[in-house]
Amino acid sequence: MTESVRTRGSISRRLTLQLAAIAALLALLSWGMIRGFSQQAAEQTQDNILAASVTAIAEELRSEAGQIRLEIPYAAFSMLGAINEERVFYRIVSDGETLTGYDDLPVVQDGEISAGVTFETLTYRGDSVRMAMVGRTLFASERAVPVLVAVAQTRNAVDAISARISRAAALVSVAFFVLAAGLSFWAARVSLRPLTAMAQTVARRGPSDLSPFETTAPHEIAPLLAALNRFMDRLSASLSRSEDFIAEAAHRVRTPLATVRTQAEIALHAVTRDENKEIMRRVIRAVDESSRSAGQLLDHAMVSFRTDNLTRNDVDLVDLVTEVVNGLRPTAEMKDIRILTELSPLRVQGDAILLQNALRNVLDNAIKYSPADSRVTITLRQAGAGAEIRICDQGRGVNGADTATLTERFRRGENVGNVVGSGLGLTIAHEVARAHGGRLDLAPARKGTGTCVTLSLPFS
Amino acid sequence: MRFLLVEDNQELAASIVTRMGLDGHVVDHAAALDAAETCLRCTEYDLILLDVMLPDGDGRDFLSRHRSDRTTPVIVLTARSQVSDRVGMLDLGADDYITKPFDFSELEARIRAVLRRRGGAADNRITLGDVTVDLLAGTLRVATRDVTLRNRELRLLEVFIRNPGQILSKAQLLDRLFSFDAEITENAIEVYVARLRRRLDGGSPRIETVRGMGYRMTVQ
Amino acid sequence: MRHAFASILLSAALIALAGAMAAFEVEEHGRFPGTPADGPELRLIGTAELRVFAPLIEDFQRRHPEITVDYTTASSAEIFRALMEEQARFDLAISSAMDLQLKIANDGFARSYTSRETTRLPSWARWRDQVFAFTSEPAVVVISPERFEGLELPRSRHQLVSLLRDHPERFRGAVGTYDVRESGLGYLFATQEARSSDAFWRLAEVLGRLDVQLYCCSGQMIDDVASGRLAMAYNVLGSYADQYVDPRSELEIVTLEDYRNVMLRTVLIPATAQDPARAGLFVDHLLRSGNAANFEGPRILPPLRDPAMRDTSDFGPIRLGPALLVYLDELNRTAFLDAWSNSVEQP
Repeated sequence: MTESVRTRGSISRRLTLQLAAIAALLALLSWGMIRGFSQQAAEQTQDNILAASVTAIAEELRSEAGQIRLEIPYAAFSMLGAINEERVFYRIVSDGETLTGYDDLPVVQDGEISAGVTFETLTYRGDSVRMAMVGRTLFASERAVPVLVAVAQTRNAVDAISARISRAAALVSVAFFVLAAGLSFWAARVSLRPLTAMAQTVARRGPSDLSPFETTAPHEIAPLLAALNRFMDRLSASLSRSEDFIAEAAHRVRTPLATVRTQAEIALHAVTRDENKEIMRRVIRAVDESSRSAGQLLDHAMVSFRTDNLTRNDVDLVDLVTEVVNGLRPTAEMKDIRILTELSPLRVQGDAILLQNALRNVLDNAIKYSPADSRVTITLRQAGAGAEIRICDQGRGVNGADTATLTERFRRGENVGNVVGSGLGLTIAHEVARAHGGRLDLAPARKGTGTCVTLSLPFS
Repeated sequence: MRFLLVEDNQELAASIVTRMGLDGHVVDHAAALDAAETCLRCTEYDLILLDVMLPDGDGRDFLSRHRSDRTTPVIVLTARSQVSDRVGMLDLGADDYITKPFDFSELEARIRAVLRRRGGAADNRITLGDVTVDLLAGTLRVATRDVTLRNRELRLLEVFIRNPGQILSKAQLLDRLFSFDAEITENAIEVYVARLRRRLDGGSPRIETVRGMGYRMTVQ
Repeated sequence: MRHAFASILLSAALIALAGAMAAFEVEEHGRFPGTPADGPELRLIGTAELRVFAPLIEDFQRRHPEITVDYTTASSAEIFRALMEEQARFDLAISSAMDLQLKIANDGFARSYTSRETTRLPSWARWRDQVFAFTSEPAVVVISPERFEGLELPRSRHQLVSLLRDHPERFRGAVGTYDVRESGLGYLFATQEARSSDAFWRLAEVLGRLDVQLYCCSGQMIDDVASGRLAMAYNVLGSYADQYVDPRSELEIVTLEDYRNVMLRTVLIPATAQDPARAGLFVDHLLRSGNAANFEGPRILPPLRDPAMRDTSDFGPIRLGPALLVYLDELNRTAFLDAWSNSVEQP
């Protein structure tokens, strides 16, 4: 059934993709944030050390004999070397003149000197550097001299650290994404589980089980369940209408036919002239023929209907064959036809009514086309992984046609209307066999004249 | 034999009553279930012929009610699909079923089969001279000799034994056997008559040939 | 070896020419032609004397015979000047003055170089993938046992100060040390010692009172101890001393235990290098030679990690880092030299 449904998209896939997209967004966001924080942290660390260094130097500033004196403390630079291998530049400007250091290091000139440590990022000697500056005012030669201390460091390590953390963050983000995507997939599966469970409940049902579903469902799915139940209701009603229709049609056709036949038979006894009797016989034969056809057409309709929704139950083939034989024995006895059975105890999975119908049609044919005082043999035996019911008669071929022609006609599955009679009976049997995964074969009897019809049914 | 026919189609019912009358049976007709109940209360029947689609109810309900307090055999006349109803009917206690339209010979055959299974009916034996035929068992007793008859021989003998002294034309006999085999010919009648004569050999009834007319059974 | 000496003789004639070309002062010059002679050439400048360094070059040429090596000896200050101010074209600068080497790199005049050898260096032996140490050489005291007769050899600076103070007549004019104003290495040792040992200034004062003899280089100091002119040379490069102290000589090498000055000899590839790729090969060669475990060539310079030395707990070489810039600062240098001169040159 599923292959006939055109599927478009998948809720599970869509849900997974949406959740994964959200996860990707979050991963990206977290990566960006970690990156930002790490950059900031690395910069902060460098700033702190630069500030410590520049403060240490500033504290050594002193004025001696009207001169600004300074001995850069060893620690001021050794602390810079302790945490990284950045290049260090410094400059001490006193009253606009470079006291010592790199006199091309661009520092903020006086006027803007503040007491606190200020920072700046700039390019110096082709490298991006971070510079800390602090101002001091000293008294020399009886005047206030502004002194600026600037220490700068290249930022390669900061960049390297943030690149490394960025890489690690990217890795974490990717891992987070993979995990989240996996969880999304799982979550999608879990949330769709009631739907899957419902689909399984529907699939598990037998074809003729049209009762409403009693299972509980999450409220999102409840409308679907309700709709399904309404549909089942309608289907069930429609099916029982079809069955009623077939029964009604049979009743309408057969009751008048029965009247005609009975009247004709009465007339047959009443008339005395041979030609009149012959006419009545023809009438009766015609009625019989048409009732047989009607019966087979109705059978066929019923078989088609049932094979579309094949029920499979455990069927005892011995019981089934015996019942069919008992049903037809009086008919056979009328022609002094003996029905011989040879039955091995076998069971198959199938629709008992269909199997009975198929067998009855085949046996009915055999009796109808057998000469008087003959035998019909029914053998039930195992053949491979299935059961085989063989019905052999001693007739001269069904309906006068030789077996080969009949088989050919039957195999071609010609239009039902053209093969009414023996052909349709066999067609019914053939369809039943096929619906059960088996087959129907026709063959001339091995000994003497006659035809053998074999109905093969697999065990499961 | 006495039958109760439960059938709502008047025309069909009338035909069946007439046709079965030809075979010497008495058939009461009820057009509905309640009429059938009335009939069943007054008279004992050998067998009930029951249609399942009736104006005042489903024959199946009747069948199940009937089975609970009576043993009269029931043959269901059905026009419904042979597939779906058959099993249900037999489960509910019908003895057999026959699909409309039916061959009266087949109906008789089935009636006999049912009665045979149920242990007989009031008059399943006919005696003529020193010959007694059991119509259900298909056996013939000629003086002290027991003979088992083939079905066609039995049917033909039944015609003769029910109409002793009467001349029966080949055509009339053919009518009796017609249902059994549509292809049967008048020559076949001669064959069966010859067989019957052999079966009756040694008994007092015999089948005479009335030249140009047919056959007649006489008792010596 | 004969080949190498021939080339030294040959190139000795060229010293004048080289000196004329370079505005900086060249002490020695050697050329080690490869085969063929017109192959690629590596120009090296270093503080080590040619005779000390030649074996390393020859060993390198065994591996890379096609490379001609040109070696110039100059003082560390001259090397610094050559590279920083004159943009002289050298492929490698090998110096014992760690501070100057570091400043060259800090100021952007060195190239980065990474190889399997450089990554195997401990972090204290390299800076920024630009300055690589390949020896660790302690500063030692070289003593003439003859002049110390009857005296106990000092084990620490305090003992040394007491010894000198107690025997002024014996040591007057008989103690030599670096003139830190001239010698880069001497300045490095002095500043590091001043920073690490409280005995430094007292020792300087005592030395000044004893009319200390000032030298530019370790070699001369050792020569004078060997000849008997000096009783003791203070702060001599251990590696030089090791070469002199052979079984024939009478010299004794004393390592003071209170604080040990260990200099790292470093190499860098100047930004002006013509052939940085081959310079890298030579760096790798030096680093291999500095690795005591796997160097098979002749060892003249001590290895970077002498197993014997590493085991002593006081092995603390001067750190390669920006702190070295502190004493290079003009103000600091002036202040330090003033203080030093005042102590050492007493009227």
